[in-house]
Amino acid sequence: MTAITKDDSAAINSSADIVRVRQIVRDFAVSLGFSLVEQTKIVTAASELARNAVEHGGGGNVQIQALNNAMRRGLKLTFSDNGPGIPDLEQALKDGFTTGGGMGLGLGGAKRLVNEFEIDSAPGRGTKVMITRWRNA
Amino acid sequence: MERIPILKMGQFLLVSIQVDMHDQLAITLQDDLTQQIVAHRAHGVLIDISSLEIVDSFIGRMIGNIAGMARMLDAETVLVGMKPAVAITLVELGMSLQGVRTALNVEKGMTMLHASMKGKEFFDRDNEG
Repeated sequence: MTAITKDDSAAINSSADIVRVRQIVRDFAVSLGFSLVEQTKIVTAASELARNAVEHGGGGNVQIQALNNAMRRGLKLTFSDNGPGIPDLEQALKDGFTTGGGMGLGLGGAKRLVNEFEIDSAPGRGTKVMITRWRNA
Repeated sequence: MERIPILKMGQFLLVSIQVDMHDQLAITLQDDLTQQIVAHRAHGVLIDISSLEIVDSFIGRMIGNIAGMARMLDAETVLVGMKPAVAITLVELGMSLQGVRTALNVEKGMTMLHASMKGKEFFDRDNEG
């Protein structure tokens, strides 16, 4: 049984919010005992997804959850926006694909930095991205 | 407006990023630096990121842009002080900052800039002679 030991959420509407999300995620990762490299990876993934929510989703929010089970501890982030959604998920996950001003590394890059990655999106339905990074207890 | 200070040191410009940069701050730095390179006729830019806890694709792109723009304005860029965790994460993210010269710390970065200036002086002298 996986329990949620800590739960928080934050709005993401501006570039200042992206910085704030990075700080909140960092605090969670530290409190879970993540190593410096693990912290950096999850914070960077959070930064990419928060920026996607602002640039492509017209703003949204993130739910941050500390998970705990008998085996391991983890950090789960759920990014949601009510933007136009992604018509072609497979293409969006490819490196170099961009409709914004970035490098097109956002989704695919974030995926490589975490253990679990799940995306739910369709045109007109917004986008929801769930990522989890685990550490052995 | 919030800005990252740019220090002039001889023919070089020195930037030390000490804050968790939001996107606009990164764009402002890019604009300020290119203007200062021209205003001071700087031949080198040293960017210290030893205080940066993360570099995501946006900041990485900004660093790459600065190096590219500086090159077109006849200035070398050296990025110094990247934390090991940041390097690991950047490469996994898919961004290896190709074309950006790096050094471990400010001292080594300055040595690198001075060395490339020496080569340049020869080149300039040859061209003039």
